[in-house]
Amino acid sequence: MRITHMIPRWIATSPSCKLVAIFVLMFACCTNVLAVETNKGVIEASAQDIAAQNTIAHPHVATENIFTKDVLAHNEPAQDTTASLIEPVNAVAGASPAVANATPTTTPVRPWFNSKKTALFLWIVFIGAAVTVSVWLAHSGRPIRIRRIAALEAVDNAVGRATEMGRSILFVPGIQDMDNIQTVAGLTMLGRVAKTAAEYDATIEVPTCRSLVMEAARDTVRASYLSVGRADGFSIDRITYITDDQFGYVAHVVGSMVREKPATCFYMGYFAAESLIFSETGNAIGAIQIAGTAESSQLPFFVAACDYTLIGEEFFAASAYLSGEPAQLGTLRGQDIGKFAVGVFITLGALAATILVIAPNAPIISALLGGLQKVLGG
Amino acid sequence: MKRIIPMWIAIIGGFAMMLSSFVPLAESAGEVFADIFNVVAAIAFVLGAGSLAKQHLEKLSRREAGWGYSVVTLGSFIVTLFIGMFKIGVHPNPNFPQAAYSGSNDAEGSAWSWIYEYMLTPLTSTMFALLAFFVASAAFRAFRAKNTEAILLLVTAFIMLLGRTFAGVVLTGWFPEWASGLRLENFSIYIMQVFNTAGNRAIMIGIALGVAATGLRILFGIDRSWLGGGEA
Repeated sequence: MRITHMIPRWIATSPSCKLVAIFVLMFACCTNVLAVETNKGVIEASAQDIAAQNTIAHPHVATENIFTKDVLAHNEPAQDTTASLIEPVNAVAGASPAVANATPTTTPVRPWFNSKKTALFLWIVFIGAAVTVSVWLAHSGRPIRIRRIAALEAVDNAVGRATEMGRSILFVPGIQDMDNIQTVAGLTMLGRVAKTAAEYDATIEVPTCRSLVMEAARDTVRASYLSVGRADGFSIDRITYITDDQFGYVAHVVGSMVREKPATCFYMGYFAAESLIFSETGNAIGAIQIAGTAESSQLPFFVAACDYTLIGEEFFAASAYLSGEPAQLGTLRGQDIGKFAVGVFITLGALAATILVIAPNAPIISALLGGLQKVLGG
Repeated sequence: MKRIIPMWIAIIGGFAMMLSSFVPLAESAGEVFADIFNVVAAIAFVLGAGSLAKQHLEKLSRREAGWGYSVVTLGSFIVTLFIGMFKIGVHPNPNFPQAAYSGSNDAEGSAWSWIYEYMLTPLTSTMFALLAFFVASAAFRAFRAKNTEAILLLVTAFIMLLGRTFAGVVLTGWFPEWASGLRLENFSIYIMQVFNTAGNRAIMIGIALGVAATGLRILFGIDRSWLGGGEA
């Protein structure tokens, strides 16, 4: 128990550990890519031998295509061409007996790394490294300046308003389950809001659309009340499960809002059509409303109807911003480094594409654009 | 211990899911965790139903304001549960005519299907239909020309509204060919393809990076606020 207690704390607090972990990941990635390339080379070499024999029986079987599923589909139409991850070593299985005899093996080999996702993997490693280095710098005492986010600055005031008015706070954690990152981000925000509510002795109501979210929300709020020494103020009955049905849930929440008139409403998580129903009802009852979601299709509704809206990445940054801890703020810096890198690549790509329109025969620019497309996974 | 175990589950599960995306051999690990999640969610559903029943029974016993709604909720819950569990009105499966319970609740003519078709669907449609009124009231507030941004929003909204209807063609269809880009139907497409797409992609890139950073914060245990915060 002692070891299990210590290891996660070490991981969480030791930046050097995270650095080591990232570099191990990067090393694994590099060796992985090398292994895939080597494997590809070996297979291509054997494929050339096969293709050399194929030229006698089937000259149309091209060597360069032997690594793809297309050849398999070409030679054997009944083969499932969607099984892209099973690399066809015997690409000419199903060809004429002469070709089949020349084939070294018929067992499909599954690669241990999906080389089609190499660019994505490298991006994750890069962002992970940027986050780790930023956390390390933050731990070493370098100040991190984060731009002011109005919606998060308003949280304390919104909770204070509910306390002064003697009304409750409504927190809606979206309509998805715990396997959705937006729900997790919503619950991290709930933890902060509940802590402030516990300090101010305000009442917080959390109706949920999923049973698992209800359980997680209860634990989160309970822990928040405990952390400020207000365990007696926590009531399990204020965090309830309503229904999995989208509009059944909406009917309950909206009805409850109209009857109980909460002073402050938080909408944090995944939302669909109900976003506008919630926010317009909240507006009608005069509640101060703070929303946050990563659903770009719902953002305009929240922006139009709520007092403050956390747009996309701000929503995910909320927990780190409110905590004020250097480690968490460091992750925001890492996120910005990733954004800067993406911006640079997009700008270069746009410039290259524009130059190619003006001068289509510029080989260097063409190669640059091709390289950028590979880097961005295009 | 109550925080250590969930944190380790999150770390192991998160890395397994990440691995399953890149390593084909580990795909099954991702599926296993997805199955575990479904099982846990199914168990939690019992807790949810218990919470719902408790909440409304307490309201009923205390005769709190709106207790009539609780009667309707509990009554609907019990009736639907009974009909679903005992397959009321379900015809046996043609392959197993002797087995009375072999039919499906989803089959046409069953009581459960009738409830879904003629009670739940109209009720959800009613809630959804409210959106039309809410869109109108939200638009009324959002389109008030109180500053430069609001004026831009108002003008864009008008171009989009007119460009997506016959009104746009009637109003600007006479524009000569060399100015066809200014016709409202074409201009609205231009706004959607250039301004809207650019803005949307910027938000999407930010979201993707935010998801990655949030995932790393949780996987490394830096952010424990979902466990109530504080030390593990």
